[in-house]
Amino acid sequence: MDWGVIFDDTLRGAVGMSAILYAIGAIGLNVHFGYTGLINFGQVAFMAAGSYGMAISINQWDLPLWGGWLFGIGSAVVLALLLGIPTLRLRADYLAIVTIAVGEIIRNVVRADRYREVTGGPRGIFSFADGFRDLNPLPDGQYGFGPLRYGSDQMFFRLTGWGLALLMVLVVWLLMRSPWGRVIKSIRDDEDAVRSLGKNAYGYKLQALIVGGVIAAIGSMFVDSADNEVGQLSFRPTTTFYLYVVLILGGAGRVWGPVIGSMIFWGMSQFIDGVLTQGDIVETQDVGDVRTMLIGAALVSLVIWRPQGIFGDKREIALEVR
Amino acid sequence: MTAVEPVEPVEPVQAQADPFAGVPEDAGSAKPDPLIVADVVTRRFGGLTAVSVDHLEVQRGVITALIGPNGAGKTTLFNILTGFDKANAGTWSFDGQPIGGLPSYRIARRGMVRTFQLTKSLARMRVIDNMKLGAPTQLGERFLPALVRPLWRSQEAVVEAKADELLGRFNLTHMRDEFAGELSGGQRKLLEMARALMVEPRLLLLDEPMAGVNPALAETITHHVRQLRDEGLTVLFVEHDMDVVRTISDWVVVMSEGSIIAEGRHSSIVANPDVIDAYLGAHHATPLDRAEQDRHLAEAEAVIEAEEHALE
Repeated sequence: MDWGVIFDDTLRGAVGMSAILYAIGAIGLNVHFGYTGLINFGQVAFMAAGSYGMAISINQWDLPLWGGWLFGIGSAVVLALLLGIPTLRLRADYLAIVTIAVGEIIRNVVRADRYREVTGGPRGIFSFADGFRDLNPLPDGQYGFGPLRYGSDQMFFRLTGWGLALLMVLVVWLLMRSPWGRVIKSIRDDEDAVRSLGKNAYGYKLQALIVGGVIAAIGSMFVDSADNEVGQLSFRPTTTFYLYVVLILGGAGRVWGPVIGSMIFWGMSQFIDGVLTQGDIVETQDVGDVRTMLIGAALVSLVIWRPQGIFGDKREIALEVR
Repeated sequence: MTAVEPVEPVEPVQAQADPFAGVPEDAGSAKPDPLIVADVVTRRFGGLTAVSVDHLEVQRGVITALIGPNGAGKTTLFNILTGFDKANAGTWSFDGQPIGGLPSYRIARRGMVRTFQLTKSLARMRVIDNMKLGAPTQLGERFLPALVRPLWRSQEAVVEAKADELLGRFNLTHMRDEFAGELSGGQRKLLEMARALMVEPRLLLLDEPMAGVNPALAETITHHVRQLRDEGLTVLFVEHDMDVVRTISDWVVVMSEGSIIAEGRHSSIVANPDVIDAYLGAHHATPLDRAEQDRHLAEAEAVIEAEEHALE
């Protein structure tokens, strides 16, 4: 077994495009679940709304790339309103039920062969973001150090991607230290108490749903613009569940939790892949399944022995919230 | 120096006449200066009528106790008045403004703030943040200004100063930076009351403020409630403990099976036969006559005999 190669792959996985996508998606989920206490099982629906909103608007109406981005953000806002207005007055469970269902509805619609003209069906949409690479100011050549050496475009994507993730962290940090964030975190603990103090809890929950959804949509639009392809990520519910793994791993309700969680998650995935493949431990076609099993086992152990995640405060988790 | 300035009375509050002078001690009686007026408030849960209040007025500037046996509908009435439950019928107003059908947060903003029977301290928030949450109309609570701290920093400082002052008054300063979930049950009651005051209410509704509180702390709470009344706040509270009711209430409203059955000062309420019936049942004081006793005895013997037969 070549540990050097495994180590390099692990490092590349930790900073790769998937890690960026999941970090930003989980930052959004953190606003929902970590801070507001909204149980959203359809974060992937916001990612799909953003990416397809962007790609379809560019393809159909010849919008410029930035116009497509704005349209994608608008799609995520509309989706949040559609999901939130009927459910957020009800008990928390209803949002969970509706989000998981809507996530599946969106996936089945956009990937249906019937609407291929618009959505590209199962193959997705290609070549709508040619302009994105043109934004790259780096001249051709190799950049980076050690195992993290990339060509010009790949380096550009990683730098802007992590820059975007840091920007999202900054926004969430600014929001959560403010009185707005105080109301949001109070809703997580007890909505009725918040109402009794004259705050419109419903309105705040709706705002939080929009903010978290838009953040996830931005992450997805960025990665799909870089790939110049929508639909490669098949927008399955597992994406949402992995986002929860990332979030809990890093620590829900912590500003840096999603970023570190995503780096560890994708680094760990590469590491497990490398060990399984190189060590000839399982058949090549089984690697994916065994990796999923091991990640599941890791999550279970995490929840048992370190429920607060890496950044969480155990004392805070242990407090009973009624 | 010709004009003589009129001399102000030293303590005008104490010098005030009894606000209930001339008010009949009947259920639904009219008050000289009511803050809350409610009419035909009805709440049904399926076939059960939980609340059916014909008329209720709550006098401004005094402490009114709402008492009654378990299931009398006291908390349900509280929930309806504060917008936490919807009535099937009825109208009610706060300070002359109708508030029926308003969402709970709007009612709170108008100055009618409640606490809960099961204390709702925000367990994972620090005590000071619990307090600051209560302050009304904070610019930093709006989404976009929240991102720009200079816009709300000075207001935040004012809010924090006020929160610290109230924490001091309620002896919670030493717990200021702890999670509210780490407070004792009694401290949570105090925190909830202090937090409600952050909203700057004109009417404070306390749902069983003394439940599960040790006697020393109950006395402290009593003291605070009285002091608030003397500062001009109106208090309406639900309570079971008649001792507490006796010590702090200026007026008592008694509910039973959803309706208001009596009103008056504490002294007249405890002597009211309707109230005693409601608490203890209608026949508590009627002794069984001899014939009835014999009949009960014969019935019991018959049952025992039947069981013995069955065993053989």
